Amino acid sequence: MPREIEPPTIQRDFLLAALAEGKRLDGRLPLEMRQVRIEFRGELGSCEVHLGDTVVLAQITATIVKPRDDRPYEGFLLINSEISPMASSLYEAGRSSEDEVMITRLLEKSIRRTEAVDREALCILAGEKVWQLRLSLHFLADEGNLLDAAALAAMGALRHFRKPEVEVLGDEVIVHSPDERAPVLLAIHHTPLCVSFAYYPDLPPILDPTHLESVLATGTLSLTLNAQRELCVLSKAGGTPLAADEIMGVVRVAVDRVRDLIRTLEEALERDRAERVVEVR
Amino acid sequence: MASSSRLEILNDGGLRHDARRPYELRSMSFHLSPHPTADGSATVTQGLTTVSVSVFGPREPRQRSSSSHDRAVIAVEVGVAPWAGTGAQRRARGDKRLAEVGASIRQTFEPVVMTHLYPRSELFINVQVVSADGGILPTAINATTLALVDAGIAMLDYISSVSIGLHLTQPLLDLSAPEEMDLPVLVVASLPNSGKITLAQMETRLHVDRFEEMLVLGVEACKVLKTEMEEYVKERTGKVVQRMSLAVEGAKGLQAGFIDGGR
Repeated sequence: MPREIEPPTIQRDFLLAALAEGKRLDGRLPLEMRQVRIEFRGELGSCEVHLGDTVVLAQITATIVKPRDDRPYEGFLLINSEISPMASSLYEAGRSSEDEVMITRLLEKSIRRTEAVDREALCILAGEKVWQLRLSLHFLADEGNLLDAAALAAMGALRHFRKPEVEVLGDEVIVHSPDERAPVLLAIHHTPLCVSFAYYPDLPPILDPTHLESVLATGTLSLTLNAQRELCVLSKAGGTPLAADEIMGVVRVAVDRVRDLIRTLEEALERDRAERVVEVR
Repeated sequence: MASSSRLEILNDGGLRHDARRPYELRSMSFHLSPHPTADGSATVTQGLTTVSVSVFGPREPRQRSSSSHDRAVIAVEVGVAPWAGTGAQRRARGDKRLAEVGASIRQTFEPVVMTHLYPRSELFINVQVVSADGGILPTAINATTLALVDAGIAMLDYISSVSIGLHLTQPLLDLSAPEEMDLPVLVVASLPNSGKITLAQMETRLHVDRFEEMLVLGVEACKVLKTEMEEYVKERTGKVVQRMSLAVEGAKGLQAGFIDGGR
């Protein structure tokens, strides 16, 4: 069912009236994020993120391919982020909804365009063999703000993943299995993470909207930042017009939130590192 | 993609690769109603980038299911002419990029067009990129504004748009294609009367402190663009009204008529 029924007017009025008093339907503060839970599953490079009830799973797989002729030193990073009907009955299999296009484009910009992963470090034998990383995002449940959850899952998976150790002897390339030699982490320049805000007419913005809040919003603003206070992607597509200083205020809030998110991610990675057996001596 | 020869973004004399000053906009030309068969159309040329927009509507929606009972639905389609780009363009990725441009334009104009005045109807906006030399989205937005004005569709204000880049610490306005490839780009579309921003899109890394400067500069540039657009529209409308009043005079003989001619 592609077309969602509009929320009842009474529900919309209630939401707006509550927001005017600074309250949200799930009891959060306007600039408070939902509970974030990051889990690393069995395989390396598999990260599941729960953002409240929104669940996104990211999986990284690596294969060896021939590089492009004009860029013989660079590996590939392919991002596959199709939203299946598993996330919500609103999405159709095979058909790209406009939301999906925006999410895919923003994720591409956040991770690929900002060069989060060093693609030259993926080179094995220049002009012959390079690593091709495939990042698959599976949207398991959509309770609003798929973009932030997906960005977090993607970066978690990228930082968690280890590629098999490769040895180059002249022209010969030996790929060692994880049993022989410990696999190697990827070279990651920075960790870009996304935060999204929703706007309503004449009200201050709210962070991390739920599904209902984003349907009723008159505008959204998505920001991708990293720990070095660099703005990687900013996307305000239409919606309520904002003054420049309002946007700057939101950017400053986002800087803090991203810093918290990165800390949560690092803690989760630490916990996993302590428990996981990566190399067998 | 083949690497371009290393163009100097800003040379020692403070000039860009096309001999512009950092805050100088490219030469612009506007043309209203290039397609008389459409309800409204406009072609905007900024430097070497030309975008032509045709507006059809308000009209009966092609799909009943997409119509809304209390307002008009805006549909945007973006096409790039095969001769528009620079050499070999990647097709597969271009599709999502064009869809994104279309979605951005739709979301930019939805709050500004008074859609509640045209319930149960559809506004179809067809964007054709005739030649591309950087700044496709800003030029498309400017052309869409003029096309909607030409179609006589009610709007709250003009929407003008410009791209801003940053070279080291110097912001640059209205980027061309070679500059767009190398520098962080911010595209801003604003309502010039209030100075509020409806669209802001940025990719590539940029420090937060620099960002504010670029945003404010973009809003200023949008105001300048609007004055240019408005001047053109008023001049052209004046000519149209003058011709209309002359026709009425001719038809009614002595009676000058009640149309305020050309003022």
